[in-house]
Amino acid sequence: MTNIAKEYRNGVIALYDINMEIHKGEFVFLVGSSGAGKSTLIKLILKEEGITRGKLFLDGMDITRVPNRRIPYIRRKVGVVFQDFRLLPNKTVYENVAFAMEIIGARPREIRRRVPTILSMVNLSKKASSFPDQLSGGEQQRVSIARSIVNNPPVLIADEPTGNLDPDTAAEIMKVLMDINNRGTTIIMATHAKEIVNTMKKRVIALDSGRMVRDEEKGGYSVEISDI
Amino acid sequence: MWRNRGMGLASVTSISAVLMILGVVLILVLSINNAVLDTKLKFDEIEVFLDDDLSSEALDNIEESVKANPGVISIIFRSKEQALEIMKDDWAEEGYLLDGLEENPLPDSYIIKVNDIVLADKLVNNIKALDGIEEVKYYKDVIDKLLIFAGYIQFAGIVIIGILVFVSIFIISNTIKVAVSSRRREINIMKYVGATNGYIRGPFIMEGVMFGFLGAIISIGLVYYGYDYFYKSMNAKLYALFTFYLVDPKIIFIDIAIIFLTIGAGIGALGSMISLKRFLNV
Repeated sequence: MTNIAKEYRNGVIALYDINMEIHKGEFVFLVGSSGAGKSTLIKLILKEEGITRGKLFLDGMDITRVPNRRIPYIRRKVGVVFQDFRLLPNKTVYENVAFAMEIIGARPREIRRRVPTILSMVNLSKKASSFPDQLSGGEQQRVSIARSIVNNPPVLIADEPTGNLDPDTAAEIMKVLMDINNRGTTIIMATHAKEIVNTMKKRVIALDSGRMVRDEEKGGYSVEISDI
Repeated sequence: MWRNRGMGLASVTSISAVLMILGVVLILVLSINNAVLDTKLKFDEIEVFLDDDLSSEALDNIEESVKANPGVISIIFRSKEQALEIMKDDWAEEGYLLDGLEENPLPDSYIIKVNDIVLADKLVNNIKALDGIEEVKYYKDVIDKLLIFAGYIQFAGIVIIGILVFVSIFIISNTIKVAVSSRRREINIMKYVGATNGYIRGPFIMEGVMFGFLGAIISIGLVYYGYDYFYKSMNAKLYALFTFYLVDPKIIFIDIAIIFLTIGAGIGALGSMISLKRFLNV
């Protein structure tokens, strides 16, 4: 997968001349303080916001301008994990994950086969029939990860996936994400967590006030730290 | 659907109200149409008064010319003597007064029946152009007035129904809006996972249509039984003149049911679509 992106936003300009190419199977950290444009960038990839200028490619396809009715099909190529998990409280773990497959019209047989596999991948097989409020934060986030990858998207976007979790749980989530990455899924993770970025030694793209200020292989959270 | 019962009830009620008024207007219009039809039958005569002392060729000539017009069912000659007899009958008790006449003042006439009074205008003009015609009388005015009246009722009905349809679409769309926002989270997730708008919309539109159907069923029941009761009690009290023009409830039941269900479902679907449009914008 090739991701050549170059985005501009006008009005309140959230992003200026961003250029990046993220390859298939890469793990990229998107860092920067609040308001730096991380969320905007994610919204552009998810087609939540339109692109003012520039071009955005996903999976070799130009998604800069797509009709609204095509957007759902683009989103199926991108799994998303949020800081606040966004699970359905009245559905069990299994149902929450199965839901994502039902929506895209997967066959019941396929759902019954696939959901348990994914749940065991995130170590939640035993919790399949629990409801989200019976789970810890880390477990809820793993459900959310399971849901985001159940349809095998080539790209997974994680927006502060560890933001609400303690360091140990965060590490556990990172391990799950690494597993997924090792299976060939491209992961773009926006985060504030310095320790995680510094430990992982992955590509780091830093944004500041809408500008791309750094793009480093095996980088750290901030320049100072990575220079040390 | 049961999560916001209050609004649901409001939606169903508003749809039934719209349909009930529609039913009343429909029955009114149908009944007036009936009356118009009947009047057309009763007043389908054109009287042509003739000049005195026309030759029999002249009479034949007029008769042939009239028959050549479209829509003419029959043409009957009524001599001045026959006309006087009819007049005496009409005057009944005062009929003897006519006996005192030295000379019959009435003209000979032709009574023409047409199958549609609407055609009468042209016919009358044609007849007036013939020789030996003194005067032509017909009842188009009455029919015209009735048709205009029926038109007013129809127009008023359409306006009222239009307004009410608008109101109930608004109520439905609000109800669905509440339902949608209570499931906003779910919709949001659905969108991120790549659900198409159609997929998300489906259940809500179904809900709107359900409201519509429910309202329709209620109003069908109320209109049918209400009208049936009215119809029967009118018949029982022998307001024959009045009931004569009322449509039999049994005849219109199926039509009413189909119309109500269609409109009800339409209002429901439209209401939901309007409220969803905003929510589904990416």
